[in-house]
Parts: sequence; C-alpha cells; structure tokens
Amino acid sequence: MGGHSNWPEWIYVGVVVAIMCWVGAEAWEAERLVEHVPEGAEIIKVTGQQWFWTFEHEDGTKEIGELHVEKGKAYKFEIHSTDVNHSFNIHDYVVLMDAIPGRVNTVWFAPTDVGEHDIQCREYCGLIHYNMRGTLIVEEPHS
Amino acid sequence: MVLELQKPRPIWQIMFSTHHTDVGLLYLIMSLGFLFLGGALALAIRAELFLPGAQIIGDAMTFNRIFTVHGTTLIFLFIIPFASAVGNYFVPIMVRYKDMAYPKLNAIAFWMIPPSGALIWLGFADFTWYATPPYSIISAPGPAADMWIFGLKILGVSSVLGAINFVVTILKCKHPDMSIGQVPLLAWSFLSSSLIILVAIPTFAAALLMLLTDRLGVTGFFNPAMGGDPIAYAHLFWFTFHPEVYVLVIPAIGMMYEIIPRFSRKPIYSFNSGIFAFVLLSIVGFSSWAHHMYATGMSFTEKTVFMVGTLAAVPASAMHVYNFIATMWNGRIKFATPMMWAVGGIALFFSAGAGGVANAAMPLDFTTHDTYWVVGHFHLFVMGTIAFGSIGYLYYMYPYVTGRMYNEAMGKIHFILSFIGTILVFFTQHVLGLYGMPRRIFDYPPIPEWIAMNQIASIGAMIIGVSMVIFLVNMIYSAGKGEPANPEDPFGVGGKYYYPFEAKNPSH
Repeated sequence: MGGHSNWPEWIYVGVVVAIMCWVGAEAWEAERLVEHVPEGAEIIKVTGQQWFWTFEHEDGTKEIGELHVEKGKAYKFEIHSTDVNHSFNIHDYVVLMDAIPGRVNTVWFAPTDVGEHDIQCREYCGLIHYNMRGTLIVEEPHS
Repeated sequence: MVLELQKPRPIWQIMFSTHHTDVGLLYLIMSLGFLFLGGALALAIRAELFLPGAQIIGDAMTFNRIFTVHGTTLIFLFIIPFASAVGNYFVPIMVRYKDMAYPKLNAIAFWMIPPSGALIWLGFADFTWYATPPYSIISAPGPAADMWIFGLKILGVSSVLGAINFVVTILKCKHPDMSIGQVPLLAWSFLSSSLIILVAIPTFAAALLMLLTDRLGVTGFFNPAMGGDPIAYAHLFWFTFHPEVYVLVIPAIGMMYEIIPRFSRKPIYSFNSGIFAFVLLSIVGFSSWAHHMYATGMSFTEKTVFMVGTLAAVPASAMHVYNFIATMWNGRIKFATPMMWAVGGIALFFSAGAGGVANAAMPLDFTTHDTYWVVGHFHLFVMGTIAFGSIGYLYYMYPYVTGRMYNEAMGKIHFILSFIGTILVFFTQHVLGLYGMPRRIFDYPPIPEWIAMNQIASIGAMIIGVSMVIFLVNMIYSAGKGEPANPEDPFGVGGKYYYPFEAKNPSH
C-alpha cells in the first residue's frame, strides 16, 4: 500500500472486464442464432432409458440404437426419458441436451454430410452409462 | 512451544485437547491421510482408462463407486479439513487471540469428520459426488447411498460449526488495537470463505434431507414418478456447491498471499485490492450456480443471466493474479519449495480460469459440458490451484509444526514432478473433452485420439503418484530426523512471521 500508483491495475482490470464483455456478447449472439429452429424441421422423438436410445420419426418409424436421417434436412429432437437423467449427444454436430424424466427438452440440427457419427449419453445414468451409445447415419435425400 | 512433534506427548493428550494448535494438528494429519487415500483411487481410475476394455477394475459398478468416493474424499475430507488445519494454526495468532473463540466447538467440529469419513468409505456409494436424482433415488443401491447422505450431512454441520468459529474469532476476538483492515489476508480469506459457508451450506443440508426422504419413499420432491422435479435438486445442489468452489479456493489464495510476499521479500503489492477481491468473489460466487445446468433445458434468458453472473467472477480472480505478479515484480525472490508451489499454483489458476471462461460462454458449453474438458477444468482448480497452494503452505508451516526442516531437494523434486504430471493429466483431459469423451465412463470405444490422450493422462497421473510417495517419505522422515529448524527464520528470508509457537499451549 502506498508509494506506488494504481493505474496499471485499473487498466488491467478494465481490459479483463472488456474481454469478458466481448466473450459474453459473442456468446449471446451465437446462442441466439443456434437456438433458432428453422421452419418445417422434422420432429424426431428421442427416448433415453437405461441404457439405450429409441427414436421415433414423424411417420411412426421406430429405431433403436440407430438413427437414419437425410442430408440437408433440418430435424428437431424432442427428448424424453423414462427412468433417470440422461444426456443426448451427437458430438460431431454439437447436439447436446439432457433427457430428464417428466420434461421434454428440444434441440435441432441439420446434417451437412453423408456419413456415420457416434451418439452417446453424456450424463451419468448408472451401470452401463459408458456403453449407452448409438449411431447416427446420414443418408442422401430419398426423393 | 507448539513445536508439536518435538516433545513426545501421549497421543490421547493431543486427541482430547481443545487448543487450536492441537486441533489444527489433528485436522492436518487426517486431511493428509485422506489425500493419500483419495489419490490412490485416482491412480486406479487412470490405470483403468489407460486402454479401452476392462483393465484392473473388473466391473463398471466398482469403477463408478471409485470415482464417487474419490471426488467426495478429496473435496470434503482433504481440501476443507486442510484449510481448517491452516486456519486453526494461524487465524488466532493473526488476530492476536489466545485460541479460537469456541475451543470446545472447534474440537467437536473436528471430531464429526472421522465418523462421516467412515460412513463414506464403508458405504462406497456409486452415484457420483453430486448424487443426481432420480438416479440416486430410484436406482442407486442400498445402504451405500444412505451412508453417503448421512456422511455428507454430518460434514455439513461440521463445516457450519467451523465457519461460525472462524467468523467469531476474527470479528469479535481480534486484538482491540487491531482494526479489521489490519487483519492479514490469510485471515481475511477465512472470514470470506466462512461467510460463504454460512449462506450456502443450509441449502444443501435441506436438499440432502429431501433426498433421503425421497429414497425412503415417503416424499417425492425430486422423483418424477411422484410428481417431483429432479431439476429442483440441481438448483439446490449448485446453489451450495458453486459458492463452495470459492470456499475451497479462497483459503488457498490466502495461503499464497502469505507465501508470495514472504519469499519475494517485499510487502504485498496491494492489501486493499486483495480484500476487495475476496469480498467481491464471495458475493458474485452466488450469481453463477446454474451455469452447471445449461443443458438441462433452460431458457435463453436464464442461460444469459447465469453466463453474465459467471463472467462477473473473472475480474476478481484476475485481481488476485495481478496482485501476486505485482508483488513478485522486482522482488528478491527465493525459490524455496513453498514459493515454487505457490507460483506453480498461480500459473495453473490462470489456466483453469481461462478454460472456465470458455465453459461459461453458452454455445461452447454444449461442446464441453459433461466431457473430460470439465474434468480437466475443475481439476486444474482443485489440484492445480488449491492442492498446490495447500501443499506449498504445508511445506511453509512444516518447521513450525515439527520444529524441523523438510528435505529441500525432495520438496523441489516433489514440486517439479507434480507440476509436470498435473499438466500432462489435466491439459490432455481438456483435449479429450474436445474429442467428445464423456466423463464418468468405465470404458470407451477404441478411437485412436481417445486412446492417445488417455495414455498421456495416465502417465501424468503415475508421475504425480511417484511425486506423492517422495512427499510422504520426506514428511515422515524429516519429522523425526530432519535438521532442526531455526525458529526465528527457518527459510532465511527475514521479516516478521506469524509463528504458531507464539501461542501458549497449556498442555506443553
């Protein structure tokens, strides 16, 4: 205390605050865009239960462990759970949303390339949590 | 004299003592015991994850139990009791009082910890350190889960009693000539963290009771099958445990405030900014709890509010880092072992904070949430910052506790190996998280990047393991056979110390 000037510290704190404001503003803007669900996204009902994923398409087709979607279309997942908390995750497309019993959470994505991607559970759900995995298969549009 | 181990005393005399240095010694020995137990579990986890497939741990259930008890032990039975040990030794001396304000309460708070440690270790629950419902209600097996709940309940009461004692000691028992602005920063850190405990812990205490009655089937607060809401538990839990992060880190920063000026042979750069940053952290620590819950389906507005609250904590932490660097600037620094640990801890604190900013930004959180990124991030805090500050302080107080010097070369080797190991384990875990590996998994698919990163992390963990063996040998051997310390100035850096031996212990 005393004997030294404080202005370098004020400048430093100002720079840190400015960086935080910039991070916050960028994050706010990006999240706002990411959360905007495109018109006409096809709804897929996702159900997590110990320890596998079930998918139900709009036309009533059901799949277990594998999910087939078409390239270039937008999909909106409605995520359910029948027992404990899970978290539905397609890491390659940054799809992540918790599956919580008694709630329906939604998240959307639009696959851009044909290929296979891992689906996994990212919230601890018990004994076989480590192997609660599935596969996303992106195909060429059918029509 | 409080040179505890120099004059042999029957062990019961220390155990049933209420003198602050005796209780401090009990806290110290117990917390170090749990450090080694919890660390051994960490090595088992890393050995298991060295390769895909079952390695040394036969089944997933055992693995889940191991990481649950690892986390619970190191947070509640190492970090918090270690801080209490330091507080017990130094706070009464720093405020120039003869003892803690309530010596018997102090001893009671300590003696609540061994039974809760026994409950946690004998139960060996599997529902992770945050016991998420509904898993913890409908799925977690048997007495283990209930024993964990009771163990944590007792620990919560012990924390509250300890916090009351620190607050009263600092505010009411400080020497009348001393204003609150003259209380050293280490004591200020205990004041801040104790006030956080008093505000935060009761919420979790309530949540634990609700969890217990839910498990017994008489209520359904968090059980969706009975109309409850698991998200309510998440809010109650994180309302306690996000501020709890600051309860853990603030005393460690206080310890660095004691070490850094001492070994830089300069007064602290700005005492007032240190106090200001402590108080600011204690307040904004309460505005960020739900950043742990972005992926639970929160609304955009909620997420924005908690992101802002989280980012608001960064300038206060940055002020501490500035203060440390400005203190070292132009100082005649002596890199003795405690100083090396403190400086290493500051570097890792900065790294952990930078990663934390990325976590807090909403869109990035959806990449990192519940992956190994998060594991790496908070371990840089709890290991890289808090354990580094604590271990540095342990070396610093070692001559006061034992009257002897530790072996300086072994202390430095301990630091260098731990620093390298910490970087290898926890920086690679950040990368592993970006590759998408979820946390809390017993086994993983043989993806080449995952295997490579896991192997680097496991090797780093083994290096830390080796360094901890050196540490243990040094501590035990030097307590009996080390060189006698110069009680006036054990580190040869001059200046005024806060020596526990100024205290008068009636049992000596």
